[in-house]
Formats: sequence, C-alpha cells, structure tokens
Amino acid sequence: MAVDYKELKKGGFMRQKQKDNFSMRLKSVGGHFTAAQLGTVQQVAEQYGKGYVHLTSRQGIEIPFIQLADIEAVKKTLLDGGVQVGVCGPRVRTITACQGSAVCPSGLIDTVKLANEFDKRYGGRELPHKFKFGFTGCHNNCLKTEENDLGIKGGTMPSWKEDACTYCGVCQAVCLEKAIVVDKTAKTVRLDLDQCVYCGKCIKSCPTDAWNGENGFVISFGGLYGNRIAVGRHFLPIIFDEDKVYTIVDVTLAFFEKYAKPSERFCNCLDRVGWDKFQKEVEAVL
Amino acid sequence: MSRKPDDTLDITDVVCPMTFVKAKMRLEDLDDGQVLAVHLNNGEPIQNVPRSLKDEGHKVLSVEQNADGSYNLLVEKGRL
Repeated sequence: MAVDYKELKKGGFMRQKQKDNFSMRLKSVGGHFTAAQLGTVQQVAEQYGKGYVHLTSRQGIEIPFIQLADIEAVKKTLLDGGVQVGVCGPRVRTITACQGSAVCPSGLIDTVKLANEFDKRYGGRELPHKFKFGFTGCHNNCLKTEENDLGIKGGTMPSWKEDACTYCGVCQAVCLEKAIVVDKTAKTVRLDLDQCVYCGKCIKSCPTDAWNGENGFVISFGGLYGNRIAVGRHFLPIIFDEDKVYTIVDVTLAFFEKYAKPSERFCNCLDRVGWDKFQKEVEAVL
Repeated sequence: MSRKPDDTLDITDVVCPMTFVKAKMRLEDLDDGQVLAVHLNNGEPIQNVPRSLKDEGHKVLSVEQNADGSYNLLVEKGRL
C-alpha cells in the first residue's frame, strides 16, 4: 500500500531525506511541557528515535528518525504518556507565547492562558495555508508577535490622575514614543494617544501612581517570516474585552478562508484582495 | 519641586545593572527622607533606574534633562 505522506505530515510526521524516516512534531501550546511529558519524550527519543530531540523555532519539539513501521507504536506510547502529536500543513499551527503575566514582572496579559484558549477554539483548523498565532505579554515583544499571521501583544492604556501628580517629569523621560509632555511650570501633563504604544513605562516609573492603566490586547495582522518577510500591521485600537478578541479572530479566519487561494499566506492574500477591505470587515465588529 | 540634595552620585560611567546597584547602595547610606541627586545617561539607565527605585520604595522627586541628553534625577530615600 502506498504511503500517504500528506496525511502523515498533517498528523505531524515530516518526511526526512532518509527513506521511511520521519521527524515527528509534538504538540506544543504556549511552549509549555510538563516534566512528566518530557519523560515520555525522552523515552520515545531513546526507544524509537536516535536519542535526541530538535527544538523548533516556534517552541515545538521534534523527534527525528522515527521509522515508518513504528508510527502506530510511537503514537500509543506518546498518548499513554500524555503527549500529543502536532500538526503541519495548511492549518492553524503551533500557538506560541512568552511566559506572560503569570510569571514575568513585565507581563500585562496572561499569554499562556490565551494560547490554551486559542488552541481549544482554533487549534489545527483547516485553512487555505498555514496560519500562525503568537502572543507576547508586553511591548518588549520577546515573542516577536509581528512575525505571526495574527499576533497579540499585551498593552496598557494609561490614564492620568491630576491630584496625585508631582510633575517630576519621569514619565516624559521614560516615554520612548515622546507621547507625554510635562510642563513643570504650568503644571500640565499632556498624553498624545496617537503616539502611545500602550507599553506602560509611564505607569511603572511613576513615583506617585498618578499614572494608572487598563490592560488589553494589541493585535497585529499579516506577519510573515519565510521566503518573504513582512511585519504584521497594526490598525486597531487596543482591545480590552477578551471576547471581542475572539470575534476579531473569527472574522479574520473567515476572511482568509473566503478570499485566499490555496497555498496563499494571509499577508499575500491581503496584498491581493486589499487591506482596506479586510480592515473594514474587522472594524465592523468592534 | 527642587530640593537641595544631601548627596550626589554620577552613574554615567557604568551600565545596567551597575547603574541601579550604585544608586541603591548610595541610598542605603542616607537617612529616610534624605535626597540623592543622580546623574545618569539617556537610554537604558533612564528607562530602568527610576522604575527600580520605585520598586525599592524610593521616590523620584524630579527629572531634568541636560543639553547633552543625560538626566539629573532627585530621589528621596523611602521610609520603609
């Protein structure tokens, strides 16, 4: 019987240059593996592979040199050990995340929780081409969200309380975007929201907590980092309601499904069909 | 708000994390409520030092930028 390599690839078994050998991709969500799962990975790598794993560029684990004849036995061992096989091909791929607000002092959103919720809703969904989600907790952007077809960055919308302010000027000094101007003599503080990138540096530095913030989601679209390189674009305001984020993602994936040609990445689809058209559809659900 | 500093410190000759370490150590020598003047560089020092001072319970009183881009910071030692 002919081997269905496409079906194997879909199930995370990537054909190697060596005949009937596969590099097996494991399922990863937000880059978290438990120690127990790693025990299973070790067991499979030693028993069925060559005793090593490869860490992928998107927080995944691959175990190379899995033999065609062993695939079913490997799948069972993994399943019994609490590890799932990943996906490849034209569908929602591994959802990546930094450690986010659950662990990182800079984090503004719980990226790993978000990744798990996205996995439940969209993980492995069939699409015209691969589609990558990536989440980062703050403007430092450790996870490089703009490389993804859809990226989400934690942000915070600053608000200023006049009675707490001492006009020391530290917020103006730390603002990389020059969005804040403090007039010490006139005792005024001006925030230019068009310049603000929701990084929260003003809030973290303010000695009197005159700056406070509401945390939310900053979304970018159409990132690519392969043969063609394109930085994901921002055109939405910061979104505070998580449910609204899912509505936006639903619209995005529906647009991609409707308009993209087979094997056309989201960015290329947007370039061809029109960013304006897409922006209008997204803004309609805000 | 310009109060007369009780001590001064120049951290323009060191980089992160020594900038904050030096400021923190000098503040330890002061009494609660006393004021330290800190001369620091633009870029990483101004991004990190005021925030770290806040996290340690000290209070930035004023920030002034000099013509060369560096900053003068007045910090009051926290009453912890």
